Amino acid sequence: MFKLEKRPEQSQKWIYLSPFLAVLITMISGGILFATLGENPFEAIRIIFWDPLFDPSFASYSRPQLLVKAGPLILIAIGLSFGFKAGVWNIGAEGQYILGAIFGASVALAFYPMESKLIFPLMIIAGALGGFLWGLIPALLKAKLNTNEILVSLMLVYVAESILASVSQGLLKNPDGYGFPGSRNLQNYASAANVEIIANSGMHWGVLFAFITVIFSYIILTKHIQGFNIQLTGQAPRASKFAGVNPTANIVFCLGISGALAGLAGMFEVSGPSGQITIEFNSGYGFTAIIVAFLGRLHPIGIFLSGLLIALTYIGGELAQLMLGLPGASIQLFQGMLLFFLLATDLFANYKVKIGANK
Amino acid sequence: MYIKSVIAGAIASLGVAAAALAADVKVGFVYVGPVGDYGWTYEHDQGRLAVEEHFGDRVETVYQELVPEGADSERVMTQMALQGADLIFTTSFGYMEPTINVAKKFPDVKFEHATGYMRADNVSTYSARFYEGRAIQGHIAGKMTKTNKVGYIGSFPIPEVVRGINSAFIHARKVNPDVEFNIVWIYTWFDPAKEADAATALIEQGCDVVLQHTDSTAPQAAAEKAGGVITFGQASDMAMFKPMPRVSSIIDDWAPYYIARTQAVLDGTWTSTDTWDGIGPGMVGIGEITSAVPADVKAEALAMKDAIASGDYHPFTGPINKQDGSVWLAAGETADDGTLLGMNFYVEGIKGDVPQ
Repeated sequence: MFKLEKRPEQSQKWIYLSPFLAVLITMISGGILFATLGENPFEAIRIIFWDPLFDPSFASYSRPQLLVKAGPLILIAIGLSFGFKAGVWNIGAEGQYILGAIFGASVALAFYPMESKLIFPLMIIAGALGGFLWGLIPALLKAKLNTNEILVSLMLVYVAESILASVSQGLLKNPDGYGFPGSRNLQNYASAANVEIIANSGMHWGVLFAFITVIFSYIILTKHIQGFNIQLTGQAPRASKFAGVNPTANIVFCLGISGALAGLAGMFEVSGPSGQITIEFNSGYGFTAIIVAFLGRLHPIGIFLSGLLIALTYIGGELAQLMLGLPGASIQLFQGMLLFFLLATDLFANYKVKIGANK
Repeated sequence: MYIKSVIAGAIASLGVAAAALAADVKVGFVYVGPVGDYGWTYEHDQGRLAVEEHFGDRVETVYQELVPEGADSERVMTQMALQGADLIFTTSFGYMEPTINVAKKFPDVKFEHATGYMRADNVSTYSARFYEGRAIQGHIAGKMTKTNKVGYIGSFPIPEVVRGINSAFIHARKVNPDVEFNIVWIYTWFDPAKEADAATALIEQGCDVVLQHTDSTAPQAAAEKAGGVITFGQASDMAMFKPMPRVSSIIDDWAPYYIARTQAVLDGTWTSTDTWDGIGPGMVGIGEITSAVPADVKAEALAMKDAIASGDYHPFTGPINKQDGSVWLAAGETADDGTLLGMNFYVEGIKGDVPQ
């Protein structure tokens, strides 16, 4: 019947084709899922993929929201892609995101209520530093003690969540908040607010940073020696040693930069869309960004596009829930299918399918 | 053929538009959990269904479940308002600031935020005096525990939850001076896996009563599996675990409030208010006390319920000391609502600290 034959080399064509195929299969399977729930599948798919961009009553609001949602995903995923290319697996971006937010918000709250143009730049530096330091822990442990960075970075997410809960109720708690947990709302503090650069565009400073990062990482990966070192380490670790790549420096670079970018994403979120540090501040960007990175083939432009696509499924998924009364779990299932089918279609990059019973 | 189907489609969509126009008021609900949690969100959704049934075609309702607290909820509320909702109920504490933010952008839409303290001209707040039900739970727990260890699954250390712990503890100690509370904080409203782990850990520590301030039935299932442990339905009756482990429950009955507020919007009489109702007005219900509870304990519990309902008894009546031994309420003094709303301390006898 069908037979899989390993390709001598990865098929470049399939590497770029499989994300599109995965999206297509997700639409079809999702459509079947929605049909079994008693909804018109074409309408559901249209609401998820089309209406957030073009519906006359929603688009003017949801188009900017697309950027708000995609910004942090792109920023984090770009950072992760450096490590993933080098075989350094940072699964703990969620924790680095939290620490960046805490560091950034701490700087703002330390200066409150002073108004100064210097506060926001300081917060940006603090946010990047917070994420960087949190990413440095698994990096140094791996470099010095050869621990597994997947486990260490993931476990540190839970540590970060505990720190978040603690500062929400203690150190950063709003003194005017009647004892309820949560910090002051930074949106109401002009010097610290991450505002939209152009009104009603969704384009806040974090989104701008994300776009700049896309360009920079493209340059580093294609033109800079560090980009070459990263790819070499991932593809041929032994060869990279002969080429003089310092493995420790490489690990620190990969985890440090992904930590710093995740920290920046957290800082821009806490000072912008979220506004305050709360116990429930993190909502999974750090984990979703892993999907974004792989869906984008670890390529800066790919990540840019996949970040927008995932953001679209979130916003469109919410609309579908609202307009059709679809259960929330069906939307989560739909998003899960995307990663599932991506992994499935990646098979074709490494294997050829032969039809027939020939041995 | 093609033209035909286009016309048919146009007519169909006109029909939908006409149906939407037929409803005088559109009411939206934002839920933190799934409607099938059989706890907090389930009861809010029962309230929504009651609104639909009461008003029929005059009112249309929409809802969104599993909405994370924070920036995402702001978008969900905005989309609801854009979709034409006239009244939006946001049913979790963490929606407070987002509700205020969205309300500023839509001055003509009315908002109702559950369990918060921030109001505006178009934002009301409402909550229920769950601590009244906790007093009855504490009484039954204190009477029935054999190990003298009561486990308590806390969600977030906010005043509402701390208040419930204090109320349950005071009434358990009153009937059983040896009772101890083991409190664990899991920092989520709804996570069946975490809730089950917490319940199992408490049972392994020797607790034979498990109280929960989380929304799923997972602790009930864990108690049923362990055997010999009693629990109470939280936010909803959780009747499927009767008669053991679930021996009673606190039921949030939002339906009358939701119907009244929708009516106010229909009549044009809606104003921003702050509502905090308990057993008396019927916002807090006590679910059936099962045969697993001895008859005399049941009778005492029901007597306490009646006394609270009539206003003869306040669950926070002095003498009550704070954890550090300082006097909070003198003999006969009752707590004022302001202190209760901001409660961030344990009463005397509870071990451990409110997480800070």
